Amino acid sequence: MTFLWAFLVGGAICVIGQLLLDVAKLTPAHVMSSFVVAGAVLDAFDLYDNLIDFAGAGATVPITSFGHSLLHGAMEQADEHGFMGVAIGIFELTSAGIASAILFGFIVAVIFKPKG
Amino acid sequence: MAKEKLNENNFEKQSKSYQPKPPYVLNCMKAFIVGGLICVFGEALSQMYIHWFGFSEEKAGDPTVTTLILLSALLTGFGIYDRIGQFAGAGSAVPVTGFANSVTSAALEHKSEGIVLGVATNLFKLAGSVIVFGVVSAYVLGIIRYTWSLFF
Repeated sequence: MTFLWAFLVGGAICVIGQLLLDVAKLTPAHVMSSFVVAGAVLDAFDLYDNLIDFAGAGATVPITSFGHSLLHGAMEQADEHGFMGVAIGIFELTSAGIASAILFGFIVAVIFKPKG
Repeated sequence: MAKEKLNENNFEKQSKSYQPKPPYVLNCMKAFIVGGLICVFGEALSQMYIHWFGFSEEKAGDPTVTTLILLSALLTGFGIYDRIGQFAGAGSAVPVTGFANSVTSAALEHKSEGIVLGVATNLFKLAGSVIVFGVVSAYVLGIIRYTWSLFF
């Protein structure tokens, strides 16, 4: 059942992105930036966690979950360290994603030849 | 159909009538199917990490995202991801794989300028905006939420 909801919710988020590309004529960079901000805003109202419980990877794989994880890590540390915790924790949960994007992106770019 | 003469005032309106109209419904269906399938694949990965490698449900996101990023970087290197992107539009750009694709493709594109000035400098050329807007919004919202929690 989780697989079906992951497909439907993940697909629906991508359709919103496609509409922003086609109808609102935004560039992919604008769409991705807006989605990250949207994810952070949804998490600020504790809504994004409900979506993850419900759709699993359908909510964690789209880029909106990046904004959600940034704020989530920040709030976890803020409970412990106060205002400074926001800065301490902001990359806590996204560290795996950013670090591996840098590592694999760099290695692939060094090894492979550009196509086209 | 007679068109007005182009000038700087009506250029934007006039040029729009020459652009082909995108097939909205077809594009949305492609984005839905490809984006949905990437998420299903991600769900399968996280189930695998939970059941076979003993990750907790919360922590399974890390290896899942890492695997997706590795695969996407490799597919970008082979030139396959860009072909998927032409077909799927936002369906391949919105998942985290699209983030890895933008990192890798920007670095590959500037490879001829060298490892330091080409690859390393341009790694975040496209993906940088995502991190900047993510951090700025999360920082501001975090401060607001924490302040709120102090008083209420």
